[in-house]
Amino acid sequence: MDRTEVETRIRSLIEPFNKKNVAITDASTFAGDLEFDSLTVMDFVAAIEDEFDIIISMNQQAEIENFGQLVDAVCKLQDD
Amino acid sequence: MTDMAGENGAGDQAMSQGDLFSKFDGIIQQRETLLSSGVADPFSLVMEKVLSPTRAICNGRETILLGTYNYMGMTFDPDVIAAGKSALDNFGSGTTGSRVLNGTYQGHKECEEALKEFYAMDHAMVFSTGYQANLGIISTIAGKEDYIVLDIDSHASIWDGCALGNAQIVPFKHNDIEAMEKRLRRIPEGAGKLVVLEGVYSMLGDIAPLKEMIAVAKKYDAMVLVDEAHSMGFIGPNGRGVAEEQGVLDDVDFVIGTFSKSVGTVGGFCVSNHPKFEVMRLVCRPYVFTASLPPSVVATAATSIRKLMHGGAKRAHLWENSRTLHGGLKDLGFQIGTETPQSAIIAVIMPDLERGAAMWEALLHEGLYVNLARPPATPANMTLLRCSLCAEHSVEQVQTILGMFERAGKAVGII
Repeated sequence: MDRTEVETRIRSLIEPFNKKNVAITDASTFAGDLEFDSLTVMDFVAAIEDEFDIIISMNQQAEIENFGQLVDAVCKLQDD
Repeated sequence: MTDMAGENGAGDQAMSQGDLFSKFDGIIQQRETLLSSGVADPFSLVMEKVLSPTRAICNGRETILLGTYNYMGMTFDPDVIAAGKSALDNFGSGTTGSRVLNGTYQGHKECEEALKEFYAMDHAMVFSTGYQANLGIISTIAGKEDYIVLDIDSHASIWDGCALGNAQIVPFKHNDIEAMEKRLRRIPEGAGKLVVLEGVYSMLGDIAPLKEMIAVAKKYDAMVLVDEAHSMGFIGPNGRGVAEEQGVLDDVDFVIGTFSKSVGTVGGFCVSNHPKFEVMRLVCRPYVFTASLPPSVVATAATSIRKLMHGGAKRAHLWENSRTLHGGLKDLGFQIGTETPQSAIIAVIMPDLERGAAMWEALLHEGLYVNLARPPATPANMTLLRCSLCAEHSVEQVQTILGMFERAGKAVGII
C-alpha cells in the first residue's frame, strides 16, 4: 500500500474523532489542533491498528505528534 | 499524541519564564475554583483519632469510615497489635537498611513464609510498598525487546512500572478480551510478552474476566502478572483473589499484592512459582535500593496474613455488606459503577466534580467518610464517590450509611 492510500484510509478513520471538523494537513497536531484527549487517542489508535493489522506501541505513539508523522509511521510499520 | 501514563492534566502552553511549576497551573486553578465555591477541601482530611477499623474522629465529629480499603478490619486485631509491639521491643523501630544488606530480619523471612503458605506458592518477595512491588517486578522482567500488554485502566503503579522499564507498551480497552487478543496476535514472533491484569479494578470495583483473559494470554505464550491488591483476603475460597475464585491461579506467573488493604499495615509483595524467581532480589532496583520495612510492620503483616487464612466467616459477612450497600444505593436511585456487587468497592457515579464534592462534604457532615475520586485517576473522566466496605461494618452500620446517603443525596439534589 503506498503513502497516498495509507493517508486516504487514515483520513476516513479520523473523521468520527474530528468533532470540530478541523481541516487536516500533515502538520495538524493531535493534542493541539485536534484536541484529542487520552481516551480519544486510545480509540483512534485501536481503529488504525485494526485497519492496518499493526501495533503502534505507546513508545511509538510518543514520537507521533502530527498527522504526517502518523501516516509515515503506519507506512513504515506496514513494511516491517 | 498524548502520553496516557504521564498525564498531569495541565497544558504545555502554560510554561513561562523558566518556572518549572508553571506546568501545574491548570491543576492549581481547578482546585481554587472548586474551593472558592465554598466546599470543604476533599483532599486534606485529617483523622484526629481512630477508634476502630470502621470509626474515627474527623473534624471533631465521630465518623463512619467507608473509604479505607481496610476490607478485613485487621488494623485493631489484638494478635496483630501484640505482634507489632513485641517486634518493636525486640528488634527496634527500623532496619535502616536494604533487604540485600542489613535489612533482612527474621521477621521479613517469616512474613515471606506466611505469604508462601497463604498462596501455596514457592517464592515470595516483600517490598516496602505495593507501589514498589509493581514498579520493581514490571520494570525488571520486561526488557527492551519485550512487549507489555496491559488494561488501559491499570493502576498508576503498573503504568509507572512500564515507564521505568524499557519494554514496548501496548494497552487495550478495559476488560476487552478481543482487544487484548488482537494485540497479542500482532506482536512479532519471538518477542517476550507480559500480560498485566488486575483482579479488582479499584475505581469502579469491577472484576476482570481472568479465566478467559489468561487462557488467551497462554495461547500466545505470554507470561501473566495479576495485581490482586483489592481482592486479597476477601475474594476466592482461601482469599487468594479473583484468579483463585475463577480457578486460574495456577496459570498466573506473578501475583502482586499489598499489605495496605486487607492485611492492614503497609508493604507490598510478589509471589510466584517461577523456578528462577529468587534472582529478582539481585536485579530488581526498587527492591534493592530502598530500606526494608520496619520489624513491627512485617510482624503485624505476618500475623495478619496467617489469620486471614481462616477468615471464612468474615469474608461471608463482607459479601453480605457489599450486597446490602450496592442494592440499597441502587434502590435509592444512585448510579453505581457496576450492575452487580463484584467486590468490596461500591463506586457511586456523580454527575460532575462540583456536585461530587458537594455530596462528599454533605456525607462528611452526616458523619460518613468516603473517597472522592476524580480525573485523571478515574476512567472516562468520571467523578466517583468510592465506598470500600469492611468486614467489621455491622449490619446496623450499613443501614445507617444508607440513611446518610439518602439525606445527603436529596440535599445536594442528586437523587
